[in-house]
Amino acid sequence: MRRQLLPALRMTIALIVLLGLAYPLAMTGVAQTLFRTKADGSLISRNGAVVGSSLIGQAFAAPQYFHPRPSAAGTNGYDATASGASNLGPTNPTLEQTVADRAKAYRTENGLPAGTPVPVDAVTASASGLDPAISVANADLQAPRVARARTMTVEQVLTLVKAHTASRPLGILGEPSVNVLELNLALDEAH
Amino acid sequence: MFDPAILRRAVGDAFRKLNPRQMWRNPVMFVVEVGSVLTTVLFFRDLGSATAANSAFTGLVSAWLWFTVLFANFAEAVAEGRGKAQADTLRKTRSETVAHVRTADGALVEKPSSQLAVGDLCVVRPGQLIPGDGEVVEGIASVDESAITGESAPVIRESGGDRSSVTGGTRVLSDEIVVRISSKPGESFLDRMIALVEGASRQKTPNEIALNILLAGLTIIFLLAVVSLQPFAMYSHAQQTITVLVALLVCLIPTTIGGLLSAIGIAGMDRLVQRNVLAMSGRAVEAAGDCSTLLLDKTGTITLGNRQAAEFLPLQGVSEEDLADAAQLSSLADETPEGRSIVVLAKERYGLRERELVGATLVAFTAQTRMSGVDLQAHDGVPARSIRKGATDSVRRWVTEQGGHVPDGLEPIVERISTSGGTPLVVADNTRVFGVIHLKDIVKSGIAERFEGLRKMGIRTVMITGDNPLTAAAIAKEAGVDDFLAEATPEDKMALIKKEQSGGFLVAMTGDGTNDAPALAQADVGVAMNTGTQAAKEAGNMVDLDSNPTKLIEIVEIGKQLLITRGSLTTFSIANDVAKYFAIIPAMFQDVFRPLRTLNVMHLANPHSAILSAVIFNALIIVALIPLALKGVKFRPLGAAAVLRRNLLIYGVGGVIAPFIGIKIIDVVISAAGVH
Amino acid sequence: MSAAAWAQVAIVVVALAVAAPLLGRYLARVYGGGAAPGDRIFGPVERLIYRVCGIDPEGEQHWKVYAYSLLAFSFVSLLILYAQVRLQGHLPLNPDHFKGMPPVLAFNTAVSFLTNTNWQNYAGESTAAQLTQMAGFAFHNFVSAAAGAAVGVALVRGLIRRRTGNLGNFWVDLTRTCTRVLLPIAIVGALFFVSQGVVQNFHAARTVTTVEGATQTLPGGPVASQEVIKEAGQNGGGPYNANSSHPFENPNPLSNGVQIFLILLIPFSFPFAYGRMVGDRKQGYVVVATMFVLWLGTSLAIMAFETAPSPVLAQAGASQAATATQSGGNMEGKEVRFGAASCGLFAGSTTGTSTGAVNCAHDSLTPLAGGTVLLNIMFGEVDPGGTGSGLYGMLVFALLAVFIAGLMVGRTPEYLGKKIQAAEMKLVVVYILAVPLAILTFSAASVLLKAALGSIFNPGPHGLSEVVYAFTSQANNNGSAFAGLNGNTTWYNITGGIAMLIGRFFLMIPVLAIAGSLARKQPVPPSAGTFPTGSKLFFGLLLGVVILVVGLTYFPVLALGPIVEHLVGHFHV
Repeated sequence: MRRQLLPALRMTIALIVLLGLAYPLAMTGVAQTLFRTKADGSLISRNGAVVGSSLIGQAFAAPQYFHPRPSAAGTNGYDATASGASNLGPTNPTLEQTVADRAKAYRTENGLPAGTPVPVDAVTASASGLDPAISVANADLQAPRVARARTMTVEQVLTLVKAHTASRPLGILGEPSVNVLELNLALDEAH
Repeated sequence: MFDPAILRRAVGDAFRKLNPRQMWRNPVMFVVEVGSVLTTVLFFRDLGSATAANSAFTGLVSAWLWFTVLFANFAEAVAEGRGKAQADTLRKTRSETVAHVRTADGALVEKPSSQLAVGDLCVVRPGQLIPGDGEVVEGIASVDESAITGESAPVIRESGGDRSSVTGGTRVLSDEIVVRISSKPGESFLDRMIALVEGASRQKTPNEIALNILLAGLTIIFLLAVVSLQPFAMYSHAQQTITVLVALLVCLIPTTIGGLLSAIGIAGMDRLVQRNVLAMSGRAVEAAGDCSTLLLDKTGTITLGNRQAAEFLPLQGVSEEDLADAAQLSSLADETPEGRSIVVLAKERYGLRERELVGATLVAFTAQTRMSGVDLQAHDGVPARSIRKGATDSVRRWVTEQGGHVPDGLEPIVERISTSGGTPLVVADNTRVFGVIHLKDIVKSGIAERFEGLRKMGIRTVMITGDNPLTAAAIAKEAGVDDFLAEATPEDKMALIKKEQSGGFLVAMTGDGTNDAPALAQADVGVAMNTGTQAAKEAGNMVDLDSNPTKLIEIVEIGKQLLITRGSLTTFSIANDVAKYFAIIPAMFQDVFRPLRTLNVMHLANPHSAILSAVIFNALIIVALIPLALKGVKFRPLGAAAVLRRNLLIYGVGGVIAPFIGIKIIDVVISAAGVH
Repeated sequence: MSAAAWAQVAIVVVALAVAAPLLGRYLARVYGGGAAPGDRIFGPVERLIYRVCGIDPEGEQHWKVYAYSLLAFSFVSLLILYAQVRLQGHLPLNPDHFKGMPPVLAFNTAVSFLTNTNWQNYAGESTAAQLTQMAGFAFHNFVSAAAGAAVGVALVRGLIRRRTGNLGNFWVDLTRTCTRVLLPIAIVGALFFVSQGVVQNFHAARTVTTVEGATQTLPGGPVASQEVIKEAGQNGGGPYNANSSHPFENPNPLSNGVQIFLILLIPFSFPFAYGRMVGDRKQGYVVVATMFVLWLGTSLAIMAFETAPSPVLAQAGASQAATATQSGGNMEGKEVRFGAASCGLFAGSTTGTSTGAVNCAHDSLTPLAGGTVLLNIMFGEVDPGGTGSGLYGMLVFALLAVFIAGLMVGRTPEYLGKKIQAAEMKLVVVYILAVPLAILTFSAASVLLKAALGSIFNPGPHGLSEVVYAFTSQANNNGSAFAGLNGNTTWYNITGGIAMLIGRFFLMIPVLAIAGSLARKQPVPPSAGTFPTGSKLFFGLLLGVVILVVGLTYFPVLALGPIVEHLVGHFHV
């Protein structure tokens, strides 16, 4: 095996240069030329200031905004330096308690009668903790609250929801989703 | 197969085999034995302290684990039983005899046979036992070899040639011979034969070793699964007793095949012995199953030993009947099989009866004249006749010498017979050529079907013959062999074997002559005829005591059957585990996790009876499969795909299903008996 | 399951059905020895590498030399990676000023990338410098896959060669896999991913003020170039902690679909290449079919379990029905843009291969889905497994199947004409023993040790599943996790590292030894008496043997983990 150590060392270095340095540098060069905005993180600016990334969810608590999903990233959620899920097991009592509490709060917030089933995405934490989207059902239930807080009609709000709903690529991949940050920015723009 | 005497002896042997030093050779059953000891110790330790139900449960599990080991030992002992019985008989023949050794100065000295040295010349007289293996160097004698072959008809042994070898322990019936001893005492053919049938020198065969490695590997995996289960159970607050864990382990490890593996091997060897074939190693039996090319000697294997008259072909102007008559007359005194067949054919075709010949002089066949015939004196107005039959050129010369003329019509007939693979015998009366007798090789009946069966199994048959290519091709076609080697010399045979082997084929062949020895040694399976020379018998790895070359086909079939039986029971054994899990896992944990009862698909009465049922099934299945292990799975000459489909269905799918039924039945029985 | 869910499976299957045979044909030529497509482009690069490294590309290696080369390369590249992660604080391209990893974490991480596992006891966005990510992790993503390919190809050569001890040249196989297979796919894939929103930059993390006035720190990094090889080489180690659920790694359903495709592409191509290399394509089809049925079965099962309502969530008042406005199902630990069905397909694919990338939290999968992903890894990464490793894993199962059932045709077992004897069986047994040994021993020890028990996050049977999943994933070089378990402890870092090394080298070395042993043999030509290994019957047998052997090994622990959790449902300690 000793006779193979020298070629091994040379091979490691040669391939690090090719695959570990040249390749990513070249890719970065091309990416920055062809898709600069995307390569830099799809950042969104308002009034010249970057307010976030259209791909990364952020916390919204005020009633005039659509609220994102619960987040387990970081202690307060939506911490992009600590992406991750709750990792609560499917039969963990804590999960049941947490979801029940969230459902109760959601109903109160949105004026829903007690016992109304709440869209599952509204009461469960996402995998990344940075989920930028909510389901259409979730948005529909929040729309009256947002409309009330903004003195808009529910229809106006729902029109914006529809405009910011991404449909399935190729008609079958993934699920339709409503981008919360983009929707909220559009709401601020509109009203 | 199940002789009561053998069974009685096997029961005792089953207990004797419990000796751990012997059990160690079989890792799977060794684990079971350790488990049995462990549970027995637990049983006695807890006797009195544990509840009656738990104590009884441990006791029963322990007892059935012991049965499991004993059943496996019993299977092996039964398989060995017949061989042992046969060895006892053989040992009696080996009893000490007195040899009459001829010294250099010609004097005879008496010496016990156990003190003979290689090279000693022994004089053996009628009625005496031959004192050791050797070769006849002087004389010719008829020898009774029934002690070894079971065949009561005596055989001829003579000095020189291929019938010179004699075996120690056989008896000279007539005439005196001098035998040069060729084996040391204790290493004679008889000694080897005793060791072989008894299984004393039995070594694990290559495939058995490989299979044992797999079985040991599976045992370790299950050991891991069971040992690690206890910590997981403790985590789940469902700690298990050692008894239950041992029961689970024993049920999972492949005890069925582990317990029957050696019995299958011994029984396979025994099946050969029953057909009077001695395999010098188990390796040879396995190789027989793998053979893809069989080299078969034409004479005796494919064709009947001798040629027979098939038709009479008269020349122009001669009636067929006249020719038949002349042919019959010329053969009346000819006692060779060919001669007899001419007489018979003439009788069958033309109603010509054998007659008493008055004033006839028989002319015997000699190597010089290469003709035989008869001279009839003239009587009652019938002129004298001088009839000859023989090889074409001899008769032709004879007729010409007599002043006769050989008609042109003869040559085409002779030519045609030769081309078709037959032998022409020309018949002439003084100066007149009558016609030709067509002697033909007769292919054994049913042999073509057997070759067809071999072909389905993917085995190629090659006919070996000294005949010319034309003759060989004709017979090969009739017999349905795949290929032939004509005008074969021992060197050709050797070259053919090497060529086949370099192509990856395993070759089986038979042989008897000394010049066959190198080829016998080179072949993967070399079956020497017992009538053959000592050299041939030593070169081959099997000896056929009946000296019947057709047996090569049976040997291949037995080899295959052995492997099929082994594979089927391995598959069955592993497939069994599914049901055992479904019996035992819910039983272990349903007290802590009630919903696990849904996995109790067999609805076994209670945890104890579930576990016990699995253990009992595991033990009884060994007993139930002993007959199959000993007799072998029924063999059919089919292609591999068909055989596999069939056996997978029976032993694979069947192996999954059978224990579900078996365990359920046992559970019903023992719950009825009140075990809780 | 919705029609769209079925359609997603269908589109992946169709894409693979088109691409895998084509790539397989290409692979057969890359490894076949003769001229191959693209020689004019790749040839000069490769010759330069051989010259720099002092390698004779024509030099054939005996299996031992081949194995030594693999071990030497692994050893050297492991040391270099260990040094990189320890010293990253002093190296360039570290805009976020991450410090070196502590020794045990560095050990676990270095071993993890070396072995193609990519188990993440670290969180990328807060621990790994950009140089570490690209020249350490992504580099290993290439070469660990290429080493797997080399071993797989060596085994195939062992089957087709006769009377030789030589299996080819490790350095050549390694290099050609990188240059001709992985790099072209990576270049195209990386650019596609950037076009979808995967980041590719060298910026430091950027702190922004959100709409509501809070601050949020958005990470940067050369992510797309790593993301593509993470999937295409079945590595799975993401630049970020949340892996493929992170929007910067996997921004939308299309990128998600492409990731699933990339995960499966090369492993499904190898058996096609195998069929061509042995000159009997049916042999390859049998392997493909077995892999495919296992992958499809487990993926559909996970999708079905996850799209069905979870009882606990229903109890808590969540509506999980699939309607026009929501996809429903068990959404704990899942992203809305993917939905439960896509996550199930991804989970089946990432665990059927040795990838271990995740786009949902496996710890939060329903018990039966969690049990299925666990079982999928326990199969030994053969459905369809990793680059090369899926093929050799399935071929070892084929040898086992041939050995168990082959006797039933009345011949001693043979595969492709090569007799399977004691020498090969010993190695096969080492292969099938090594991984269960690591999983069961370390898991059992972990539930006995108080310190290790403290790492468990979820109570009850699920906690046991977390521990078993951790060692199953590492010993099978998968890398996904029931991530609630805190693996970043001395015990788990070290035992996990050992499990990964066992799962890599105690499989690769026996495989090379088997290849060496087979290469020396003279094959028996096929005949009517040959065990049929290119038939539907053998496909059924192989499938049965995989399920039976794995099922029998792990049934007890699966029963006490996921099965009990499912049956007991709501488990309160």
